[in-house]
Amino acid sequence: MRPHQQCFAWLRAVIAPHLSAHLGAPGKSRAFAWALTFAVLGAGVSPLKAYTVYVTNEKDNTVSIIDSSKLEVVKTIKVGQRPRGITLSKDQKWLLICTSDDNTVQVWDTETLTFVKTLPSGPDPELFILHPAGNRLYIANEDDNIITVVDVAESTVLAEIAVGVEPEGLGISPDGGLLVATSETTNMAHFIDTATHTIIDNVLVDSRPRVAEFTPDGSQVWVSAEIGGKVSVIDPKSRKILAKIAFEIPGVTADAIQPVGVRISRNGKLAFVALGPANRVAVIDTATFKVEKYLLVGQRVWQLAFTPDDKLLFTTNGTSNDVSVIDVEKLRVLRSIRVGRYPWGVVVAGH
Amino acid sequence: MPLRRNAARNAVLDGTLRTLRASGAHGLICSCLLIATQLAFPAMAASQQSASQPAARQQVAIVLARERRELPPPLSLLDLPAADDAVAGAQLAINDNNTTGRFLKQEFSLEVIQAVADDLLRDVDARVRQGVSFIVLDASPPTVLALADRLKDRNVLILNAGANADQLRDEGCRRNVVHTAPSRGMLADALAQYLVWKRWRRWFLVAGADADDQAFADAVRRGAKRFGAKIVQERTFTLDPGNRRADGGHEQIQEQIPAFTQNVPDYDVLVVADEAGQFGDYLPYRSWDARPVAGTQGLVATSWHPALEQWGATQFQNRFLRLANRPMRALDYNVWVAVRSIGEAATRARSATANDIIAYLRSEEFELAAFKGRKLSYRSWNGQLRQPILLATPKLTVTVSPQPGFLHPTSELDTLGSDKPESLCKAYASP
Repeated sequence: MRPHQQCFAWLRAVIAPHLSAHLGAPGKSRAFAWALTFAVLGAGVSPLKAYTVYVTNEKDNTVSIIDSSKLEVVKTIKVGQRPRGITLSKDQKWLLICTSDDNTVQVWDTETLTFVKTLPSGPDPELFILHPAGNRLYIANEDDNIITVVDVAESTVLAEIAVGVEPEGLGISPDGGLLVATSETTNMAHFIDTATHTIIDNVLVDSRPRVAEFTPDGSQVWVSAEIGGKVSVIDPKSRKILAKIAFEIPGVTADAIQPVGVRISRNGKLAFVALGPANRVAVIDTATFKVEKYLLVGQRVWQLAFTPDDKLLFTTNGTSNDVSVIDVEKLRVLRSIRVGRYPWGVVVAGH
Repeated sequence: MPLRRNAARNAVLDGTLRTLRASGAHGLICSCLLIATQLAFPAMAASQQSASQPAARQQVAIVLARERRELPPPLSLLDLPAADDAVAGAQLAINDNNTTGRFLKQEFSLEVIQAVADDLLRDVDARVRQGVSFIVLDASPPTVLALADRLKDRNVLILNAGANADQLRDEGCRRNVVHTAPSRGMLADALAQYLVWKRWRRWFLVAGADADDQAFADAVRRGAKRFGAKIVQERTFTLDPGNRRADGGHEQIQEQIPAFTQNVPDYDVLVVADEAGQFGDYLPYRSWDARPVAGTQGLVATSWHPALEQWGATQFQNRFLRLANRPMRALDYNVWVAVRSIGEAATRARSATANDIIAYLRSEEFELAAFKGRKLSYRSWNGQLRQPILLATPKLTVTVSPQPGFLHPTSELDTLGSDKPESLCKAYASP
């Protein structure tokens, strides 16, 4: 698809539905959208780049592949059982998927979309994170209270690190020296030295911590607590909690506000927190820790991923079987894309 | 010794070795041996306990006290309780507490006492004199009250995991008792909300003649009134179906049940109150009218179900299965919640002192993640754990109450059971 075609496609896909919502009559809105298309083109706005978005569908045993320029599913592939955590190898040639009920991590070729191999993962892998250097993969084994460290190239287990009950979220510092693992029933963030595979400290956070995410400069790690309803911002040097961020949404009971996925923009200014059954993503100013906005997305919003240019944020909405697309600059939800059943994890490739 | 028990013991030891390998903590060897040996040799427990605990760690001792009662066997072989009913739930929670505890230098130990009421009171009292402050209790309401009154001047918290009597939460409430078992009121309200949501508003209530069944029937009547259902007819089941086991047997039941349920004004659902499971399972597929059965049989309200997999429960069920070699029952769950509550409060208070743990457990800050999708905490007006209630068939969860649309100004969970304005509990009103 040539750039101007992409732009047309995007404008049709993105703007037309919104206009039809505003204008009512579909025919009229389409004409208006086309008029706007030309107006915008004339003004020289750059189109959305074509990135590839991969979404695991926990219930369907599939991965939906979305073209970010078209904002539609272009392909669905059948993978192993109960796919959840998903990430890309450093060279983006491999797609790595936690296939929890198979007790393995599957590796798929992103070019040919064919199965390459399985990695040993320990039982029930749920989430994982790749070391910035590219080869070591840290896998949370929710059923076994350990983190398994795997050599991706050699398909071998390098180490097992004992942590608290039900390890889940994993964050790694930008320099790769520090791994943070959350354990859901122990309610801690474990700080692990990646050189020695030993725990150097444990920070007690609120109930059922789900996700740990470092800021791009490595100065903070954000930990969401699903049942506690808060996000703890921790200084990885002192392991002190710098701030606890609470959420309040009119008309939504406190119990339903359950922070899970956390992503921080590459410039470090905005944090996005998925609030589960509150069906919203909170936008937080990282300088003040204040919630700037709540964006209404699909039901039980779970995990988040930016496009490499940080223009779009994709959210997996577990119970409504769709993915919401957020315009990061305008802080608006552009549209939702229907995927498989119980979408869980999401990752975006630069190609 | 039966095979099953050996398997459970091995599972305990296995779990210990695993934790041990991970942590290298010396103290854990002994505390787990303690758990394992107690199954066989309860008397040895006390001496081992004192020998096993290094001073550097904070120690929290928990007693699981179970009253041995003469209970009639259930109708179905599938409902026979396991030999380690409740005990396995406690063991899992102790393991979970200790996995967390090793990061904070806290250690939790469990002693199980199973005895008839008088012996139980005496043995628990003896443990309390030795310094135990946490009693997780599975006993009949009179025994709960007797123990609470006997220990009322001591620094002890009793966690009632077995008795569902509303009376223990209302007029009969005691300041030193909290309840992880849901009350009858909570169970009946959970059911009532769903039946009303389903628009099955006309109920035919069938209750057993004994006091427990009548108390459940009272809770059902109250639920109907609260949520807008109508009981079109009530009947007391006094039919004696005979011994539960006989060669043949279904032939006569097949004749008796239609006759018993004949000539009822039109109704939507048959609500049964049969807590001991003596006749309720005879009703489905045998009633005169083709109607669903709910209550203590059929669609049941319960704190836990062995097939629940939502909210991360899968891992929890797996942990239990590995430990006990059987699925988790509601009593196991109630006991797990009790022992985990003590662990969670100790973790948060960063203390092993009974006063600190009890104060934290009762505070507004207390919250427990317990695989039900929202935080659990204790009601300030009667010590009842607020929790979602599952409605389930024998194989699967059907729904979870509170139901959508039943609103409450502070917590929707408080639409189930005795709410603050209607509470009759005086002991909690003046601490």
